[in-house]
Amino acid sequence: MMRARVAYAGTLHGAEPAQLADGRSGVRLADGRVLAEEEVVWLPPFEAGTIIALGLNYAAHARELALQAQEEPLVFLKGPGALLGHRGTTRRPAGVKFMHYECELAVVIGRSARSVRRGEALQHVAGYCIANDYAIRDYLENWYRPNLRAKNRDGATVLGPWLVDAADVPDPGNLGLRTFVNGRLTQQGNTRDLISDVPALIEYLSSFMTLAAGDVILTGTPEGVSNVEAGDEVACEIDGLGRLLNTLVGDDAFGIA
Amino acid sequence: MAVTVPVAVPIDVAPWRLSGVVYGTLLNHRSAVAALGAAVNAPPYQAPPRAPVLYVKPRNTLTPAGASVVIPAGVPEVEVGACLGLVIGRSACRVSEAQALEYLAGYLIVNDVSVPHLPYYRPSIRHKARDGFCPLGPRVTARAALADPDALTIRVHVDGELRQEASTAELVRPVARLLADVTEFMTLAPGDVLAVGAAAPAPRVRAGQRVSIEIDGLGVLTNTFAGAGS
Repeated sequence: MMRARVAYAGTLHGAEPAQLADGRSGVRLADGRVLAEEEVVWLPPFEAGTIIALGLNYAAHARELALQAQEEPLVFLKGPGALLGHRGTTRRPAGVKFMHYECELAVVIGRSARSVRRGEALQHVAGYCIANDYAIRDYLENWYRPNLRAKNRDGATVLGPWLVDAADVPDPGNLGLRTFVNGRLTQQGNTRDLISDVPALIEYLSSFMTLAAGDVILTGTPEGVSNVEAGDEVACEIDGLGRLLNTLVGDDAFGIA
Repeated sequence: MAVTVPVAVPIDVAPWRLSGVVYGTLLNHRSAVAALGAAVNAPPYQAPPRAPVLYVKPRNTLTPAGASVVIPAGVPEVEVGACLGLVIGRSACRVSEAQALEYLAGYLIVNDVSVPHLPYYRPSIRHKARDGFCPLGPRVTARAALADPDALTIRVHVDGELRQEASTAELVRPVARLLADVTEFMTLAPGDVLAVGAAAPAPRVRAGQRVSIEIDGLGVLTNTFAGAGS
C-alpha cells in the first residue's frame, strides 16, 4: 500500500495513488475525490519523529568525497523544519558554489526498537519512502560535521511522495536509485551497495538509543552528486517507491534581497 | 501510523507546550572555546567556528526534573552540560537581533548530558543521543519574568558540592545574536528549545551522584545518575 498526506480544499487528507480518466497519474483522497497530482499540496507522507541521517554510507560516494573508511556508521540528526513534501520548492541561497541533491532510501520506524538484533530489525519498519537531502558544501565547517547550516536548512530535506508499506518492499537491500536534473540522469546507485544496510543501521542505532514509531532513517546517498541551480527540477526515483520532485528557487522567492 | 509523543515532561502543558525538538549549541561559552586553546586552528578543525555549531538532542533523550539518568555500561562518567534553554513562542525565521527576544515564550534549564568526547570534528551521536541524556525543567519561566537572559548565573552542585559557576554574560553569541544567526538558516517553531551552550570544564559525574543545576530565576533542575544495571 502507498499512502500520501496532501492538503486540498481547506484541509489535510490521506491519499493513495489513482489514475485519472485521461490516463494521467493522480491521487484518490480518503473521501473519494480523485485529483491530478498538481492539484494538491503534498506534505511529507508521515509525521516524522527523530530524523536520523547517514553520511558516506556508499563506498563509491565516500571515495568521491575522498574520505577514509569509518569505524562506525556516520550518523547525524536533523530537525523537523528541514522537511518538505513532493513537488515543493527549496531555496538555493545566492552566491553559494556547491549545493547538491542526495537521493536516499528513507526507512520509517513502525514500532519501538531498543537493542534489536539484525535478524529482527525489519520487523520494526513501517515502510519506506524517497528522500532528497540537500547539502550546501560552502557552509561545511569542521565542527560537529556535518554542521546544521550545511545540512539542516529549511525545506532542504524532501520526503515522499508515498510512504510504501514494508510488506510491499520485500528486499530493501536491492533497490535502484536514480536522480534526474532537468530530465538528465545524474546519479545512479543501488541499496545493495550500502556499507551499513537497513538491518545493520537499526541494530546499530537501537544499541544506544530507543527508536520510536515515526522516527526515520535516511540511509545515505550513492555517488553522482552535482551542483544544482535555481530553476532546476530535481527528480529522485527509487524502485517501487515512486518519483520525488523538487524545484530549486532563488532568494527572490523568499523576499531576500 | 500514530506518532508517539515525546517522553512525558511534567512542564509540557499548555500554554507552554513543548514540541519535543531540542537543539544544542557547541562552543558558545567563552570558557569552552578557551579550553580548546590553539587547537581551534589546528587539524582537524583548521579554523574556529564561523556560524553557530548546533546539534539535535532527539526525543529519546528528553527526561523531566527528578528523573534518574542511566549512565551506559562501559562509560565511567558523563559530562554535565548546564545550559540556559530558550523556549520558542512563535515561528522564528530570519529574526533580527533587535527583535529576537520577542519570539521567546520563556526559558528553562537544560542539562545537555554527554559522554566525554574529543575531537569535536565528527563525533558519534552515541555521545549525546542516549536515552535520558537531556533532562530539562523544572518548569518554563515566562520571558517577561526574566529581566536579562544575558546576565544569569548558572551553578552546578554535585552531591551538594558546588562544582561549576558560570554566567550567561560570557556567551560568545548572546541570546538575541544566537537566535538571529540560527534562524538565518533554520526556522524554530513554537515549543522548540534551543540550549545556548555550556561552560567548560564540564563537571563529570558517576553513577550514584545527584546533580542540581540552578539558574537565577529559573529554579533548580535536579537529577540523579544511575548505573546501567541499577
